[in-house]
Amino acid sequence: MNILLLLIIIPILTIIGILFARDNKHVRVISAVGMTFQLIVSAIIILWYLAERNAGNTAEILFASNYVWYETLNIHFYIGVDGVSVAMIGLTSIVIFAGIFASWEVNDLPKEFFTSLILLSGGVFGFFISLDLFTMFLFYEIAVIPMYLLIGIWGSGPRQYSAMKLTLMLMGGSALILVGLLGLYFNSNPAGGPLTFDILEIAKVQIPLNSQLFFFPFLFVGFGVLGALFPFHTWSPDGHASAPTAVSMLHAGVLMKLGGYGCYRVAVFLLPDAAHEMAWIFIILTAIGVIYGALGAIWQKDLKYINAYSSVSHCALVLFAILMFNETAMNGAIMQMISHGIMTALFFALIGMIYGRTHTRYVNEMSGLMKVMPFLAVAYVIGGLASLGLPGFSGFVAEMTIFVGAFMHPDTFHRVATIIAASSIVATAVYILRVVGMMLYGKITNPEYEQITDAKWYERLSTATLIFGITAIGIAPLWLSNMITAGLGPVIQKLLLSVN
Amino acid sequence: MLMLIMRHELLLVLITVILLVVEIFLPADRKQKIILPAIILFGAVMILGFIPGPTGSLFGGMYITTPLTVMMKNILTIGVFIVFLQSVDWLKKAENREKISEYYILLISTLIGMEYMLSSGDFLMFYIGLELATIPLAALAAFDRFKEKSAEAGVKLIFTSALSSGILLYGLSMIYGTVGTLYFDEVVNGINGAPLQILAFIFFFAGMAFKISIVPFHLWTADVYEGSPINVTSYLSVISKGAAVMVFTILLYTVFSKIAIMWRDVIYITAILTMTIGNLFAMRQQNLKRFLAFSSIAQAGFIFLGVVGQSQLGMTTVIYFVLVYIFSNLGAFGVIAVISNRTGKERIDDYDGLYRTNPKLSLTMMLALFSLAGIPPLAGFFGKFFLFAAAAQQGLYILVLIAVLNTIISLYYYLLVVKAMFLNRSDQPIAYFKSDGYSRLGLVICVAGLVIIGIYSPVYEFINQFTFGIY
Repeated sequence: MNILLLLIIIPILTIIGILFARDNKHVRVISAVGMTFQLIVSAIIILWYLAERNAGNTAEILFASNYVWYETLNIHFYIGVDGVSVAMIGLTSIVIFAGIFASWEVNDLPKEFFTSLILLSGGVFGFFISLDLFTMFLFYEIAVIPMYLLIGIWGSGPRQYSAMKLTLMLMGGSALILVGLLGLYFNSNPAGGPLTFDILEIAKVQIPLNSQLFFFPFLFVGFGVLGALFPFHTWSPDGHASAPTAVSMLHAGVLMKLGGYGCYRVAVFLLPDAAHEMAWIFIILTAIGVIYGALGAIWQKDLKYINAYSSVSHCALVLFAILMFNETAMNGAIMQMISHGIMTALFFALIGMIYGRTHTRYVNEMSGLMKVMPFLAVAYVIGGLASLGLPGFSGFVAEMTIFVGAFMHPDTFHRVATIIAASSIVATAVYILRVVGMMLYGKITNPEYEQITDAKWYERLSTATLIFGITAIGIAPLWLSNMITAGLGPVIQKLLLSVN
Repeated sequence: MLMLIMRHELLLVLITVILLVVEIFLPADRKQKIILPAIILFGAVMILGFIPGPTGSLFGGMYITTPLTVMMKNILTIGVFIVFLQSVDWLKKAENREKISEYYILLISTLIGMEYMLSSGDFLMFYIGLELATIPLAALAAFDRFKEKSAEAGVKLIFTSALSSGILLYGLSMIYGTVGTLYFDEVVNGINGAPLQILAFIFFFAGMAFKISIVPFHLWTADVYEGSPINVTSYLSVISKGAAVMVFTILLYTVFSKIAIMWRDVIYITAILTMTIGNLFAMRQQNLKRFLAFSSIAQAGFIFLGVVGQSQLGMTTVIYFVLVYIFSNLGAFGVIAVISNRTGKERIDDYDGLYRTNPKLSLTMMLALFSLAGIPPLAGFFGKFFLFAAAAQQGLYILVLIAVLNTIISLYYYLLVVKAMFLNRSDQPIAYFKSDGYSRLGLVICVAGLVIIGIYSPVYEFINQFTFGIY
């Protein structure tokens, strides 16, 4: 059996297990066990993948399995991974693992909560391993829809409004994707043979330029909605702010990466000519997004809003880098997805834990937390430093690569855009350091905070996993970068071909 | 042996006769004893329908059985069986007890009408089937005879169907005038796009549009759906509409295939109008029956995307979607019926906090609504995707775009119900109750269908064997 299938089977088994759980504690334990297995399987896949590559296996896709699903329409259940998707699988399993432990204290309808959460993660895993556009789209929607219940039932603040807004905007994005996918499908065999949804097959086809120009915006904007493409990012701050901790983690950490991954794997890879033609529009939009998100974060007082806007900025940077169409920048884009995924998950986890103790998320109402909860505070500082791109953490590696890659373009337009985007680093430093200074240092103003206890074991486990992730990438980025570069090969090749 | 060709209809007639005779001998206070035998008999007919039998034509080509018609009849029978299960709770109420067998007989009569309509080989047979399928429905709509709304629904239904039948007949007479025959296979060759034939087609289309409730011929729908008893509403919105859609599609693909370029535009425009207006009205509804009425109008608009495809993909998808739609809509109506029978509550805000008291019903409702909205991995997703693919195959990407944006609107109002059940809290939620076994069986069948039909691709492939396209 294909090991990738485990990534879908384990979540399903875990959900079935949860349905038979007797009480709250069982639910948590079953979820934790299931997601630990998921983490182990992901680690095995990564190691196995590296071993295969070292052994000289140069196939574009490893662990491929292809099952026919709908014969008349030539829809396949086709799975397989390359360097990029393996990296994304690793990211997803780390975040969902940490997410389970971060939501240890969910007591209202726990069965439903963990079922939805794991269903969502199953959708994400399915999305990353799919090589057939139909299955990919199916998993994409499976990943989006549980979000409505997760935010609506267990959220805070204007949860119903945020849940509805988020769901409708994301499904609106998927509506655009659907049109684009159908366009790809009916253009996938100009010679008149059987049509296909197979990504690798479509990549071999030269789609006429006018069709490409028609469908590229659908696909790029459609996936871009989930990747927080300005001006379609507005679901993100509200959604993240209202969502419960684990959902924010998973959403900002993984789900938004579906957008970037989709833009990369579907829009840019399959429609390269149109991508070249229309890149300038989206480069402008993403550059605005990067700087807008960072400036937006400065103005916020609510911790979750700060982090949500910062996510908008970082995710826009991913799309920005993808649109640079060279190996260095794209490598940076994937690194940024991984790095930001873990980092933002860490932030949201910490915010959830801090909120659970102080019962406020407003920065100006908190101070001196370093004295009462050193573990969480130090973790927050680490996350913050990674976010503003301090060398030694993952953020630096990713952003550095992106800006170097982007600056390789000799023309003024790209360079100006790069400079604008790069200036967001300054804004990032402002909001991170401001929050750290106000919230963690100084005197304890509120006497109730004296009673606060530091992190419990499950919180420590959740945080430590994520910190391990960002430092591992920061200190030894090369193995990840090599893995990604190998995966990028076909995409870059196709892009280069289309220029000539 | 020739009669075996007509086995579906004959078996149904047989049940009707049996029920009529048995009902004579039943004393007035034991009328409800007939429920179980009726369901068992009907279930037996449903299963017998799947046994392959001879195909061919009867009465000089007026009545035709092909594998395609057999399959469509089976789909309808499954739907009616679920309606039968769901109506038991309501039929057992004191005010309905004495009319139980009438309910079954009327319902089966309309089904016989639909089956004749599906099997018709000429317009005369088609018309007879259509009338037989419609007139008993008016009696069913007025079944709650102590409710004014129900009587109003019956009257509205009979007036609109009479009007639409008149229009339809007028169109048919014009076709007869230009072609000189009513047999489908002869009419095909005679249709050449002459102005009178186009006028005839418009009349024919308008007549059918009333039955399928296509905008702008949809005005009767909401009132009739709201006034009729819930099980009749679900029958109207699913079985009656599904049969009309299927037969309409087949007529377009055969009899009117020569003027396909012309009717494509008509379908194109009405599809957009139907989805959009159905959706916009559905957003504002508070009564769940009206809500589903408008949602079913919108769904008819989506089905037209498959019709407009004009290919084999299009026809397969239309029939497949009808099958999916039967399970989805009957699932939703089943829950509404159960709750309405127990509590009399039919408004969306009455469902506030339902999940915490009746989780299983809420989950069923959510799955049914998600399937209607086209959320994977439920069957509705596959149905919608293929419908859009059928339209995209013709290069109608703008139509597909409008349709997908409409699915977002529809998702919004389906989520409103989900929101009421799952997100909202209420001081007086509907208390926990255990629904009766028949309804539960009906709902279980619906949920199983929703989950299986999409993921299990042979269902689609099976339908695809029998269909055909214009090109």
